[in-house]
Amino acid sequence: MTEPLKVYVPRDAGALALGADKVAAEIAREAEARGLDIRLIRNGSRGLFFLEPMVEVVTEDGRLAYGPVAPEDVASLFDAGFLTGGDHPLAQGETEKIPFLARQTRLTFARCGIIDPLDPADYEAHGGLKGLRHAVMMAPEEIVETMIASGLRGRGGAGFPTGIKWKTVAEAKGEQKYIVCNADEGDSGTYSDRMIMEGDPFMLIEGMVIAGLATGATRGYVYTRSEYPHAIATMRDAIAIARRHGFLGPDILGSGHAFDMEIRMGAGAYVCGEETSLLNSLEGKRGVVRAKPPLPAHEGFLGRPTVVNNVISLATVPAILDHGPEFFRDFGVGHSHGTIPIQIAGNVKNGGLFEIAFGLTLHELVDEIGGGTRSGRPVKAVQVGGPLGAYFPRALFDTIFDYEAYTAKSGLIGHAGIVVFDDTVDMLKQARFAMEFCAIESCGKCTPCRIGSVRGVEVADKIAAGEDPEAQIALMTDLCQTMRFGSLCALGGFTPFPVLSAIEHFPDDFHPARFAEAAE
Amino acid sequence: MTAQSGAADVAVRATAIVDANAALEGPLLPILHDLQDEFGCVPEEAVPVIANRLNLSRAEVHGVVSFYPDFHHSPSGRHVLKVCRAEACQSMGGEKIADRVRSALGIDWHETTPDGAVTLEPVYCLGLCSCAPAAMLDGEVTGRLDETRLAPLLDEARR
Repeated sequence: MTEPLKVYVPRDAGALALGADKVAAEIAREAEARGLDIRLIRNGSRGLFFLEPMVEVVTEDGRLAYGPVAPEDVASLFDAGFLTGGDHPLAQGETEKIPFLARQTRLTFARCGIIDPLDPADYEAHGGLKGLRHAVMMAPEEIVETMIASGLRGRGGAGFPTGIKWKTVAEAKGEQKYIVCNADEGDSGTYSDRMIMEGDPFMLIEGMVIAGLATGATRGYVYTRSEYPHAIATMRDAIAIARRHGFLGPDILGSGHAFDMEIRMGAGAYVCGEETSLLNSLEGKRGVVRAKPPLPAHEGFLGRPTVVNNVISLATVPAILDHGPEFFRDFGVGHSHGTIPIQIAGNVKNGGLFEIAFGLTLHELVDEIGGGTRSGRPVKAVQVGGPLGAYFPRALFDTIFDYEAYTAKSGLIGHAGIVVFDDTVDMLKQARFAMEFCAIESCGKCTPCRIGSVRGVEVADKIAAGEDPEAQIALMTDLCQTMRFGSLCALGGFTPFPVLSAIEHFPDDFHPARFAEAAE
Repeated sequence: MTAQSGAADVAVRATAIVDANAALEGPLLPILHDLQDEFGCVPEEAVPVIANRLNLSRAEVHGVVSFYPDFHHSPSGRHVLKVCRAEACQSMGGEKIADRVRSALGIDWHETTPDGAVTLEPVYCLGLCSCAPAAMLDGEVTGRLDETRLAPLLDEARR
């Protein structure tokens, strides 16, 4: 008896947003109507959103891709014999050889889009649990040293060395310690956390268990957003399955060590992505920022020692434990070690997730890999690092992707999202939006953020109205300095990045001449 | 049903929800989410119940409810349409799409259509930034919104 032919249709929210469920239903219906025996697998996304919904089939030549597939294409795909690799206008050839994918170095996203996210056997067959199997044989100090040696820096945005954070918690005194995964991925232009939770959730669980072994924490929480219902559902299922398979619970892989975790849902507040307001929210309080010190590593969740790490940081842990710290460390440039999953988003032809060693220029990312704008118009600006990141003009496209290189250009890489804008964008409007967003999302604890952002919107409106723009721009710059240095957290402190970069690099959009012309 | 027995009913159901979550570390957000699932909102009558069972002041509970955009004291429409207003969607004409939605439904942000069919909420990123502009209707996501994709979405929302 022959095995049923495998067909992969992603269940990633990005693919669903482009109709993947309808495509999957149509494939199932068509196969039945034709009496064909298929096995439909709902995988995560490979991250090639310009090809989603991307359907894959397994042939003797490997996995072949077809995309973007609409429900009405399905009948013609069957007519073309796509199940065995038949030619079709949507055929993309061997998936791994699609240039966007072939050029990547996938360490963290090695399995995402390949496996069935909720099949532990598939997970193990693709290298899953190897890192944890090493970790259970190691002393906690050894795991911490491995992480320090890897050079991994927090992928949430702050870039703090993950191993050092673990060491602090490991050395902190406390009966109960916690691993808190910050999955409150609110930055526009980012979705790598969501893709991992939906496409390879066991890897995040594995990373958290290893963090627990290293630090002596026995409980973990994943705090994510209510805007991510699909990720939440997948994570909940994955946690239950992991417990059943013994890599979560009272006796991890028979090692005698315990670790358990649960998923918690936020409630629409962006500021809860800041680690101290996240902890307050997790405790059931208003998501107001806490002053540091004390560090969460000493007094975190419920006042106890707590590791707070981003999804990608934790998801990268199993690969480091599996391949060794040097393997990871040797990728990258300067003090930015390893690979980084860059999310190429916004008005871009080939939008998607691109994992690669640090060091690529914006020109390579936007023009070569991204293929320029989706609208076909010239690129005017790229915002790197989410709503608190700077806007970069073409003149700075030689900037390489590296924590320090971006700091040197008054920007940040943040959670590694880049949003491309074409020449129709009005940078004064973008600067105003940055202030408006800060005003909406401010937790209200410090005045520069709470009040400064409201004043910032008013000043932007005055510039737009042509009221003494030169003086207003000076005022805006001064206000940004106050917010920059007077705010407790990155929300008030970094909102000046998009505002000041817009003023500095796109002066024409703020220049009085614009208003004089408009008035004539 | 009289107003009083309605309030008593809310209190009974709210108590059950609070107690079901009481063993959690930091139970308040899970409780508020469960209350919203049960009642479509966090009823005012539930606030003293929560305060009492968790040994908090009513002001503290109110403070938490009012802090988070997801929680509200009166129910939303039958559908909730969340349209993304963040930068990646802006870069793909999201603002025009949002304007179209508001004029088609005849309501502004945070408002509900008079027939109670749909509440319109802004959202700042759905993580669909490479498929912008994006929206979510009751947990169902749609990307690359244009006139063609918007029409069936609005029909569904008005239902």
